[in-house]
Amino acid sequence: MHHLLPLLVAVPLLGAALLVAMGRFVPRAAAEITGCAVSGGTAALALVLLLNSSPPLVEWAGGRRPTSGGSVGIVLVGDGPALGMAMLASLLTLAALAYSWRYFDEPPRGHAGSFPALMLVFQGAMCGFAIAGDLFNAFVFFELMSVVAYALTGYRIDEAKAVQGALTFGVVNSLGAYALLMGIGLLYARTGELAMTRIGRGLDAHGAPDALVLASFVLVLTGLLVKAAAVPFHFWLPDAHAVAPTPVCMLLSGVMVELGSYGVWRVYGTVFAGPGGIPAAGLTRALVTLGTLTAVTGAAMCWYQRHIKRLLAYSTVAHTGLFLVGLGVLIPEGDDGIALYILGHAGVKAALFACAGALLDRYGSVDEHALHGRARELGAFAVMFAVGGLALAGLPPFGTALGKAIAEESVGGPLTVVFVGASAVTGGAVLRVTARVFLGLGPRPRDAEYETSGSDERPETRGILRRVPDSMTAVPAVLLAAAFAAGVVPGFGDLVSRSVNEAGSGGAHASAHWTLAGVLLGLLSALLAVALAALAVARPGRVGAPDRALPLRRLQSGHVGDYVAWLLVGATALGALALPGLLGG
Amino acid sequence: MHVLPYLVAAYIFLAGCYGLATSRNLIHAVGCLAVCQSATYVLLLAVGYRDGATAPVFSDLKPGSRPVVDPVVQALTLTDIVVGATVTAMLLALVLQIAKRHGTVDPDELRELRG
Repeated sequence: MHHLLPLLVAVPLLGAALLVAMGRFVPRAAAEITGCAVSGGTAALALVLLLNSSPPLVEWAGGRRPTSGGSVGIVLVGDGPALGMAMLASLLTLAALAYSWRYFDEPPRGHAGSFPALMLVFQGAMCGFAIAGDLFNAFVFFELMSVVAYALTGYRIDEAKAVQGALTFGVVNSLGAYALLMGIGLLYARTGELAMTRIGRGLDAHGAPDALVLASFVLVLTGLLVKAAAVPFHFWLPDAHAVAPTPVCMLLSGVMVELGSYGVWRVYGTVFAGPGGIPAAGLTRALVTLGTLTAVTGAAMCWYQRHIKRLLAYSTVAHTGLFLVGLGVLIPEGDDGIALYILGHAGVKAALFACAGALLDRYGSVDEHALHGRARELGAFAVMFAVGGLALAGLPPFGTALGKAIAEESVGGPLTVVFVGASAVTGGAVLRVTARVFLGLGPRPRDAEYETSGSDERPETRGILRRVPDSMTAVPAVLLAAAFAAGVVPGFGDLVSRSVNEAGSGGAHASAHWTLAGVLLGLLSALLAVALAALAVARPGRVGAPDRALPLRRLQSGHVGDYVAWLLVGATALGALALPGLLGG
Repeated sequence: MHVLPYLVAAYIFLAGCYGLATSRNLIHAVGCLAVCQSATYVLLLAVGYRDGATAPVFSDLKPGSRPVVDPVVQALTLTDIVVGATVTAMLLALVLQIAKRHGTVDPDELRELRG
């Protein structure tokens, strides 16, 4: 079975090559069907492997198994979380391709295969990153994923904003990737290994951690946190998400950013968790601090957006913060909760982006103020947007709520407030948009000075759509239903937690199920979200005043140089937060 | 172990970052990113260096007859160069498109996406 692991990367890449080769000669439908078939086939393969992933599958590609001297081969590891992420990436790619069926009415002139081909390369790279068992291949897939993402973000090269957002995305992410590579180089210098488990063993054999271990930890985590969009590495994300085509946003927000959090979990657990790595207290301090900061900043910025796609992008930042906090406490239940949370969040966020895309193509705008009351006719989307907002806030029994409840219980104490607050504010912002755009409630809010408006966007279809095609309605509905199913299907939570714990915490089994406290906290944050949205709609002057967050908003200056400077600040902070653990130990 | 190559790598990386942060031209910024990347080449090659060793090419060399530098890091560097070329080409293409659409490549004048 483990010999099939490389196919998760190879099938999408071959499919992409096929599409590039024949895309010029086939009609658009054939190219789209090929794309869907390949991504769906990969998802099915990931599912088959996932069902057989206990004990974890390990494949040394090309049969280059480690000899006594060391290992130079490419190792792929297929355990529950890795294959789960690969399957999530594949399914979301399938959803995005199905959504773009009618979306891009105008394929690039003369080449119908280019968009599906890029999506397939993106899928292959994400699968590769998820199952990479050695750090250098993780870096290669990280970069492949990034480069394809830049290309997809700037896909509409005629759009001034699109190319600008793509460049910011490109510069910041590539710099993060080079930091990651520097860290990998240092780890190789110390241990002479590249496979993650073997690096971990090498560090432990060397003895207590020193400056080199700390430096490599900071560099590797900088790269991964740039991808995860943790504060202060997050500035590229809103720019990229606001300008990328909607099907691409579904993938960026739904799974690529989460792969950064997954990478942090994977690398810390296999490389730095031993006695020769970074002490647990250091990692907890770093991740909980940055995660809390990320959740608060993301939620605040999300609340003050009027550009709907940007608003959703900031809500992804806020949720990333929650993921990092949940993973940072290093409790098996926390890992389980976050795994479920990521699955539920992917469905909900992709569905919300899909709804925003329908607005863009129907009205040529994603601006909350300009669209005030204009989308009354889109009843189905109003329902889906509201349901998505509630699910984002953590209304039971959605998968997001189950994951959040379990994570809240494991972090405990004051951090629960962060979870409830961040999810309530982001859900509330989405509900506020629903009330204003789809229902036309409340007065039209006034414009602020320092903000990005979503008015002058060009629809991604050939012209403004007269009616929204069924495929664009069905995809978000299915995604929301999947997020719902993740919370209610009996045994699903236990299945996820078993596979996560088998891979991560050495068999310390925890079970994932609803508790009374979790349900009540979920209801509380959903209620808070509704209350916030109602208050904002009824009294736009009081809670919607954009001037209050002006200092925070000014940080998002749109200047790529500032973002690079913040990246260095973040790396320094990471080092400072992890250092005391080393000195004490 | 010589510390100097590692210091050089750190210096190159930070110099590239400084250039990126203060850049007034996006083409220059992409160049600075390439500078940051050359720091990784220096680091990787320094990691594999051995005193008195030769290139790991065994066409005219009997295996084991004399020390060779670590070929793994050289393979990594080669991969890294390929990745870097892709990234640089991609970003330069985007800069070209920015110049066409915005009429400027000065990041100080590209401030639409903010707040």
